[in-house]
Amino acid sequence: MSVDSVAAGASGKEAVRRPASKRRWRDSDLWWSFTRSKLTVVSAVVTAVIVVSALLAPVIAPYDPTDLSSLSLLDAMIPPAWEADGSWSHPFGTDDQGRDMLSAILYGARISLVVGAASVVLAMLLGVALGLVAGYFGGWLDTVIMRLADVQLSFPAILIALLIDGVAKTALPRDLQSSAAIAVVIGAIALSYWVHFARTVRGSTLVERGKEYVQAAYVTGVHPLAIMLRHVLPNVLGPVLVIATINLAQAILTEATLSFLGLGVPATQPSLGTLIRIGNNFLFSGEWWIAMFPGATLALLALAVNLLGDWLRDALNPKLR
Amino acid sequence: MIAFVIRRLVQSVFVMLAVAFVAFALFNYVGDPINNIVGQDTSLEDRERLRQELGLNDPFPVQFARFVGNAVRGEFGMSYQHARPVSHVILERLPATLELSFVAAALALLIGVPMGIYTGLHRHSALSQVFLTVSLIGVSLPTFLIGILLILIFAVLLGWLPSFGRGTTIAFGWWTTGLLTKEGIRALILPAVTLCLFQMTLIMRLVRAEMLEVLRTDYIKFARARGLPDRIVNFGHALKNTLVPVITITGLQLGSVIAFAVVTETVFSWPGVGLMFIQAVTAVDIPVMAAYLVLVAFFFVVINLVVDLLYYIVDPRLRIERAGAAHVG
Amino acid sequence: MTPLLEVSRLRVEFATRRGPLVAVDDISFTIAPGEVLGVVGESGAGKSLTGAAIIGLLEPPGRIAGGEIRLAGRRIDNLPPEEMRRIRGREIGAIFQDPLTSLNPLYTVGRQLVETIRVHSSLGGREAREHALQLLKEVGIPAAEQRIDQYPHQFSGGMRQRVVIALALAANPRLIIADEPTTALDVSIQAQIIALLKRLCREHGTSVMLVTHDMGVIAETADRVAVMYAGRIVEIGPVWEVVHAPQHPYTVGLMGSIPILGETRERLVQIEGAMPRLTAIPPGCPFNPRCPHVFDRCRSERPELVPAGASRAACWLHLGAERPVHA
Repeated sequence: MSVDSVAAGASGKEAVRRPASKRRWRDSDLWWSFTRSKLTVVSAVVTAVIVVSALLAPVIAPYDPTDLSSLSLLDAMIPPAWEADGSWSHPFGTDDQGRDMLSAILYGARISLVVGAASVVLAMLLGVALGLVAGYFGGWLDTVIMRLADVQLSFPAILIALLIDGVAKTALPRDLQSSAAIAVVIGAIALSYWVHFARTVRGSTLVERGKEYVQAAYVTGVHPLAIMLRHVLPNVLGPVLVIATINLAQAILTEATLSFLGLGVPATQPSLGTLIRIGNNFLFSGEWWIAMFPGATLALLALAVNLLGDWLRDALNPKLR
Repeated sequence: MIAFVIRRLVQSVFVMLAVAFVAFALFNYVGDPINNIVGQDTSLEDRERLRQELGLNDPFPVQFARFVGNAVRGEFGMSYQHARPVSHVILERLPATLELSFVAAALALLIGVPMGIYTGLHRHSALSQVFLTVSLIGVSLPTFLIGILLILIFAVLLGWLPSFGRGTTIAFGWWTTGLLTKEGIRALILPAVTLCLFQMTLIMRLVRAEMLEVLRTDYIKFARARGLPDRIVNFGHALKNTLVPVITITGLQLGSVIAFAVVTETVFSWPGVGLMFIQAVTAVDIPVMAAYLVLVAFFFVVINLVVDLLYYIVDPRLRIERAGAAHVG
Repeated sequence: MTPLLEVSRLRVEFATRRGPLVAVDDISFTIAPGEVLGVVGESGAGKSLTGAAIIGLLEPPGRIAGGEIRLAGRRIDNLPPEEMRRIRGREIGAIFQDPLTSLNPLYTVGRQLVETIRVHSSLGGREAREHALQLLKEVGIPAAEQRIDQYPHQFSGGMRQRVVIALALAANPRLIIADEPTTALDVSIQAQIIALLKRLCREHGTSVMLVTHDMGVIAETADRVAVMYAGRIVEIGPVWEVVHAPQHPYTVGLMGSIPILGETRERLVQIEGAMPRLTAIPPGCPFNPRCPHVFDRCRSERPELVPAGASRAACWLHLGAERPVHA
């Protein structure tokens, strides 16, 4: 008997469980811990605002930054609206080409989010599949996959992504480089983030494999892997979700870093990282806004997603509370 | 102990071979290496003769063995971009990267570890909350953005510090150092701070998490129950147990200092191997890329080896079980 | 004889998001010098928390919400942390459940002993080591001269618990709180450790508060026994009386559930139901939903400890002529 058991007794709410599932959700620890933390609510709102406005970029953006014909050098380097030479027709100013920064940021955030989300989903699929295979089949397959994971884990993800991205770019024929660039970035990031998913799923699979229903599945003629999937997946859903959220922030930052280094998405489809890269050239001539507004958006997005990930981790793992 | 070291060494060799293989594949199969050497108007016979001379017609294992042999001697051929041996380019730029990385890593450790201990011991103090908030922002701000921000504030707006290059360096043989001149140190400040901030926040959070974990253990409770003063419990028992995992992860973090040096060097035009790699990728300078790949893998393998040995020294359980002897140390 | 430890109306609460939870509810007992008090009850009954409260190591959000704890007449529940630290180890020692995790894995047992001895005495390094060696011999560690420089993981579970006992006795405290000292050990080793603890405490005149859920250990070791249920003491009395003539219906059930060697019974009696959660302790007597003798008063009024046979029990069945008393 310890403090833990007392606390566990305290949080058990069998006595107050209500039939309506909506009620139950509002009574749940997850919802409670969400509303209790103002910071988490703010992060959720910030994330939602950025995600929604990025997805709706074509609708809400005042200009179309991809439409080169609409650009005019006469509009170039207009400072933000509140500065002396600014105008409210370009609230965040314009860049050296006369592109409206607000519109560019909305479109850029869209690309950042899509690349980030796609690479995390890909990493998740890859990691879950490999973890399941390693845990279920064991043997040399398990050894190979997990050794690979160990080795890869000893290198920082950004370096792996950088190397894969750099090598893939060089290996591709020149005419494909620009069109395949986004796919290469997504692949590079996914390949550098699968390990955590794989380890979690493998652990859970090992536990399930030893259970009797898996043995029983042989008898009933159902493929045990199919049955296991049904049992393993719900168990790993929580941790996988936490890893995915935290990795989403990391993936967005990785994409931004790659793009900043000039190895990411092509300049024709600028992400937030690309915009910062462009703006970096004008830092010394005083046009700070070209780099700083995309930078602030990126930082805000990463911070909000990180906070959500932290909250999710703590809420799903009472031991850490 | 010896068996343990040998096992780790063998593992390291395998990792290096795997990386060398990737580098070799890149070197040999990305584009035609002959095309990269000769011009458009070289005749087919000349090309074939060159292939033969360069050993490109040898069986695969022979070629790979030659590549590894050359790599061990530090020979990666000529840089397409610089038209000089890759080894010279790297040697010239290595001191810049190593100095930057070491200074940043030292800063991260010297500031991050005490901050982690403090926030672990005083969970609810106002200062801890400040540290944690700052660290969260530090984790969320990408390194390059921190660098740009620092340049904007300290170089552009205030004009206090230089924002690119190494300043004045002094040469000792092939090693050049910026640590001995005022300009060199001034030039180092912004890149080093940029590179250390992210690592510092990670180390701080890690030490804090470990500290909290250890403070919950039975042996810490028992140490308190025996009436040991907080000083001994916190800084003797708890801190030492915190060290075991902290050493591992810190080691890995130091590795990532080298990775993030790529970014920092690009932001500050710091003439190191990271910037060299980015330029090589842009210019498709494959020998330089291959060399960088092998070099970085080598750094990581060495760091991991050192980490394992430190682990071994700190934790008696490993020491005794692995060595099978009762009295070591 | 003045009691060594005097706990009166102790109340331990946990602050939770749904208001405070009372984990130890208004309990009182004493321990005389040299006496062994057994504290039994199911897990969650509040036994360990009572021990933690006495030694001043309740972990937040747990806190002492009321009552007094006196050691040899001196109030210790409200001491400043530094003074309380001086009492821990020197006046009150503690032994925890799991010997595997009670010792710091990175220090030799000798170092942990010497450290503890030196904190509580003015002995120099060499004398402290001598004393540590002597303690190890006293708790029956063979080849103590070699073992003193070994790390905890080189000891077996039973040997580690001996080291833990040596550590608890290092500053010769007047009271030892032993929280489930044998639960984590093999059955064959349990008896040895209990015998050792008993012998050492008799030799040193140390009082013991022995927290366990194992009636067998209590019957063998304790002078008196307190039975806890849902944060309260429901019965307290001399061990022979409580075991052979239990007065509270819960104790009756508890004794009925112990198999006794050499006695044939039809079957072991089981108490129906389970101890209530701290969030749902019923009004009146907390045992009333499970009690075979329950009547109206049990559901509305809380019983205090009253004399019952040779013991005292908190049960309305025993409300005779005498007025309620605090133990």
